[in-house]
Amino acid sequence: MADLHTRPLDMAALGRGKQNLRLADEAVALEVPGLNLFYGEKQALFDVALNIPKQRVTAFIGPSGCGKSTLLRTFNRMNDLVDGCRVDGQILLDGHDIYRKGEDVAELRRRVGMVFQKPNPFPKSIYENVVYGLRIQGINQKRVLDEAVEWALKSAALWDEVKDRLHESALGLSGGQQQRLVIARTVAVQPEVLLLDEPCSALDPISTLKVEELIYELKANYTIVIVTHNMQQAARVSDYTAFMYMGKLIEYGDTDTLFTNPAKKHTEDYITGRYG
Amino acid sequence: MRRYDPRPPVGLSGETRPLSGRVQGERAVKRDSLSNWFKSGAPWVWLNAGAVSIAVIMTVGLLAVIAVRGFGHFWPADVLEARYTVPGQPAKVLAGEQVEAEQVPRARLAAAGLPVNVEGGEFMTRELLKVGNRELYGADFSWVVGEWLGDTHRPAELMVLERRDWGNFYGYLLEVRENGQPVAQGDAAWGELQGRLHRVDALYDQLQRVQKTDIGRVNHGLERLRLESRRLALQGKLDDAAQAELDAERDGWTAQYQDLENRLAELNREFDRDSLTVRTADGQEQEIRLGKIVRAYRPNAMSLPQKFAFYFAKLWEFVSDEPREANTEGGVFPAIFGTVMMTLIMAIIVTPFGVLAAIYLREYARQGPLTRIIRIAVNNLAGVPAIVYGVFGLGFFVYVLGGSLDRLFFPEAAPAPTFGTPGLLWASLTLAILAVPVVIVATEEGLARIPRSLREGSLALGATKAETLWKVVLPMASPAMMTGLILAVARAAGEVAPLMLVGVVKLAPSLPLDGNYPYLHLDQKIMHLGFHIYDVGFQSPNVEAARPLVYATALLLVLVIALLNLSAVFIRNHLREKYKALDH
Repeated sequence: MADLHTRPLDMAALGRGKQNLRLADEAVALEVPGLNLFYGEKQALFDVALNIPKQRVTAFIGPSGCGKSTLLRTFNRMNDLVDGCRVDGQILLDGHDIYRKGEDVAELRRRVGMVFQKPNPFPKSIYENVVYGLRIQGINQKRVLDEAVEWALKSAALWDEVKDRLHESALGLSGGQQQRLVIARTVAVQPEVLLLDEPCSALDPISTLKVEELIYELKANYTIVIVTHNMQQAARVSDYTAFMYMGKLIEYGDTDTLFTNPAKKHTEDYITGRYG
Repeated sequence: MRRYDPRPPVGLSGETRPLSGRVQGERAVKRDSLSNWFKSGAPWVWLNAGAVSIAVIMTVGLLAVIAVRGFGHFWPADVLEARYTVPGQPAKVLAGEQVEAEQVPRARLAAAGLPVNVEGGEFMTRELLKVGNRELYGADFSWVVGEWLGDTHRPAELMVLERRDWGNFYGYLLEVRENGQPVAQGDAAWGELQGRLHRVDALYDQLQRVQKTDIGRVNHGLERLRLESRRLALQGKLDDAAQAELDAERDGWTAQYQDLENRLAELNREFDRDSLTVRTADGQEQEIRLGKIVRAYRPNAMSLPQKFAFYFAKLWEFVSDEPREANTEGGVFPAIFGTVMMTLIMAIIVTPFGVLAAIYLREYARQGPLTRIIRIAVNNLAGVPAIVYGVFGLGFFVYVLGGSLDRLFFPEAAPAPTFGTPGLLWASLTLAILAVPVVIVATEEGLARIPRSLREGSLALGATKAETLWKVVLPMASPAMMTGLILAVARAAGEVAPLMLVGVVKLAPSLPLDGNYPYLHLDQKIMHLGFHIYDVGFQSPNVEAARPLVYATALLLVLVIALLNLSAVFIRNHLREKYKALDH
């Protein structure tokens, strides 16, 4: 592992073909013209500006405390739950500011789903976990729910493993299965954007691999933003990568370029493992 | 023979060591080992284990003492007969059960005015006998000097009659009579008596049913009519038609009442048909109506299985029957019922209040100084002496709230109060405010323990805060709410002091739950085991008879509370099993 970090990643070795993507050509899902965020007096994000492309995987990397999770959580206003958190600026989802007054936050979160670092299934059955978001929307017909469960679990590549025990507790699943269940639960409400906050940090390598494969599959239908500590993971799964440092967006571009030919010294230092 | 060698012992190395040095070395080792022992933490473990054992011994001892003292009471003890000779007085014959015996200094007995011989051992035995026959001797119990008892024996024919009043009778059965005519004498009388007692028992049950249930229903109906006519009169709607209707209904009830009266008189005649003549140990003869007798037995002639059967019959009577003779005989069923009823109503009131308050404090209130002050105040409420709540309950619930209810809804009953007097509802409410802090604290702790990640998970799926609360947080906090409820029940069921002010009485005429509309009578006064202990122990006219009942009732109270708690614990464990996600 250590020697990998001393030189730029060998992208070909990660089993990932060269993709020739250009940020400027992409359709925009989320637009951040310029965002400042404060926790009380302390500023956590400094004038961050970026566009998240539609139906692509965008990864945020950077050392701990650089603000990548904070930035991710502004996209579905999870930061609202933190006391003393103040956002200054706009985030446009389909051209429409999610921080404007009177915004329906619950509806926003339905459109922008989120998966957390640790699997957090509810202490209910697998079935009830998946239909939770649908029931919240008032959908209660058994046929609709049954279909949604099968579809969501298949999307999360979990159906074959759990189809015979849908009504058993979700807490009996392994960590990796729980995380995929959480993804299925999020997918079930058919969000437009999927925010993944270090989704594999609590998983073993095999589960990690499965979740990564899943991300690759889901890209076809969803805009995915993933925060990760693991640069190989970022390189493996993402189309675009943003490197952040000390609350600032240092460099943002397509993953191939950023990892093989970074424009900034900071980025190069980080991906070659000089700090972080 | 070996010669004594004065040289100090030689070590293996051949070196000699001075004796004093070795002793010092041993001391050092000892000091070392002591400090090592302290360092190892062993004394600490011993100290902790000691504290636990003392707590266990105290708890077990407490239960054992009240169990032995209380449940020994129901055992049919042997009855002895003896000649009692007080020096300088004619001898008399005593019959009774020995309750206790103690050693008393001779001088103290002499000082008490007894004609004790000054010569002899320092101590004399003094025995407490239950001699019964209160109408003849004036008291059930009698202290006698053991040394003056002679010719002690246990005649098999000596009989104990348990009576509905005047306590036990000890003596011999002479004959059984029907309408004053002897039907059986001597040995045949005993068999005859048992058969006729069964008949009287059945009659007694019928009498009770007619008196309590049937006549109670008629009285309830008549009272309702009286209130109805008064209400109509107050509203100015009591015209001739209404009056006629009420009268017709009243006539119906009165006719029913007449029927019942006749039936009652007939039953009473039957009830008083038989009697028996008995002779006491000292030769007085007496006639006793069979209706006055609960059971007759000859403890000296009973075999062990018979004694066990008798014991369990008495035990069952204790938990299932109503009290007799100023609570010193019979059972405590109304007290058990009252305790459970009041605790259940308290639980029904306290849970929603406590849980709602806790949710607001933990989930909605801004966590500032004001919330902190409220939280401290709530915690301190749990420490307020219970009697203070009793005074508050009397002043606020009974007089203010109950008085207003009476003025608003029951003007026809005035001046007799309906809710403006201590009763079941006010007792439950008072206990509820006494126990609400416990529920709030426990629920708040439960809410605080729900992992943040689960709340976020729900919110991230588009649930609002209220939906998250309802669907995720509250179900998961339900075991904590049950814990609060368990603590509340434990606190409230054992309280006595406030209840004396707000609704518990020595003897309630009927249970708060019966077949008359509205079935649950929240305005009625109730009996309570805790108060029953106080009443039997301290307010009883017959202290010696009451003492074992104090222990038995105390044990029963402990059992009732344990049972209430166990059922709540069972529910909680079930919920915990269902929502065990707290390790995330």
